[in-house]
Amino acid sequence: MIEMKDVWKTYPNGVMAVNGLTVYIQKGEFVYVVGPSGAGKSTFIKMMYREERPTRGDILINSQNLRLMKERHVPYLRRDIGVVFQDFKLLPSMTVFENVAFAMEVIEAGRDDIRKRVMNVLDIVRLKNKARFMPHELSGGEQQRVAIARAIVNSPAVLIADEPTGNLDPDTSWEIMHILEEINERGTTVVMATHNRSIVNNMRKRVIAIEGGRISRDEVRGAYGYES
Amino acid sequence: MKARTVGRHIKEGGKNIVRNGWMTFASVSAVTVMLLVVGAFLMVILNVNHFADSLESDVEVRVFVDREAEAPEQEELEESIGTIHQVEDVEFIPRDEGLENFIESLGEQGDYFENLRDENPLNDVFVVQAADPQDTELVAEEIDSLSYVDDIEYGSDIFEQLFAATDFVRIVGLVLIVGLLFTAVFLIANTIKLTIMARKTEIQIMKLVGATNSFIRWPFFIEGLLLGVFGAAIPIILLTYGYQRFYDSIGTATGLEFFNFLPANPLILQTSVLLLVIGAVVGVWGSLMSVRKFLRI
Repeated sequence: MIEMKDVWKTYPNGVMAVNGLTVYIQKGEFVYVVGPSGAGKSTFIKMMYREERPTRGDILINSQNLRLMKERHVPYLRRDIGVVFQDFKLLPSMTVFENVAFAMEVIEAGRDDIRKRVMNVLDIVRLKNKARFMPHELSGGEQQRVAIARAIVNSPAVLIADEPTGNLDPDTSWEIMHILEEINERGTTVVMATHNRSIVNNMRKRVIAIEGGRISRDEVRGAYGYES
Repeated sequence: MKARTVGRHIKEGGKNIVRNGWMTFASVSAVTVMLLVVGAFLMVILNVNHFADSLESDVEVRVFVDREAEAPEQEELEESIGTIHQVEDVEFIPRDEGLENFIESLGEQGDYFENLRDENPLNDVFVVQAADPQDTELVAEEIDSLSYVDDIEYGSDIFEQLFAATDFVRIVGLVLIVGLLFTAVFLIANTIKLTIMARKTEIQIMKLVGATNSFIRWPFFIEGLLLGVFGAAIPIILLTYGYQRFYDSIGTATGLEFFNFLPANPLILQTSVLLLVIGAVVGVWGSLMSVRKFLRI
């Protein structure tokens, strides 16, 4: 599913973010990526959806090599990868429904498909009754659920979440985690970068710890393992 | 591309125009001013070209043949003129025909000269045209040195000055047009840049969910195109009206018998189409410039 072989990333300013990282993530896995700030987590995540290109080494997603991938093929890769951010990145001028539908419109899905599928994913994140609300009328947790709905609306094989609970209180964070778990149970691979010790320790999954641009620990049902 | 997608792009492009309010106004104004100047200059240049053409075709050497010359000597002279290699065309006008033309050109007053038919005072004439009007003087000098030439007549210095003037107008016009063109392109590029800044998150999300670059670009193309085309509207209206008025008042009353201004039709149509095309090209070019830089998100 996701395979990284001896991947290195050095930024043009000389920062060596990732230094010889090798990892294999299987289809249907749920993986936490933990590590101190500046350890290379973000770069690791960004390389998965080809926001950053590795300097050396191969990244294979569904057997496509991202390092060799042509720029014009990147959009098609991204259709198979959903991304959720800490700051939601919703469009403030659009309703909940439109925000989610936007992801389908821009890949030119049909109108009927869009209506059906958007209501379907809003149901999964339990926001069907708020389809006509504007983002500012929602709580932070609800906004993140909209962002998740948008990320999965095109049925990607992988869902990448970069600190999805970073801006949320503990109760709301658990809401989000249950939704991510449910999505994972439906067969989507979930890769989640996080600093949230309590979540990692209480919802045990595979933990990949990154330090100094390398994997320092990789446990099947791991704990957070850092003082936070 | 699906029809619905085309509709979406046009709607989005239009929305950007409205959303950018003042900046749209500024760049449309810039295109308007530019196209107004370009259009006016085009009309001047086309007329100057037309003037030069009329002038050039009118540049000829009239060779008055010695009245003593007999037919074989005339033929000899015609042959000698023909062998000058800058000469393109030699036309013989016998003196009888010359007189006929003269009397006819005077209309009723020509009747007073009817009695000249008995004693024709005119010479036989060769009308000689040089292949390149600029060589006229050279040709005239060579012909002057031939035998049986009584006299020659041709426009001299004045033509050279006129040719220099028309060239000057053409060059200044072109430089000005090109300069204004670039100004307009940059203004449009700036407007589009503003749109792109305002829609940065939107574009980022589009990229993340897998929109192709061309899909993202289209609304900006359309915005640029609309800016250019809107900018062409006022110049087209003003120049159409203005030239029509101008032509109606002095188009054919130039006081020069060999030159009239170009008729309003098709000049206006040609200029309008050209302005529309320039507007569209400038608009799309401007949007291309800013989109290319900013799409790497």
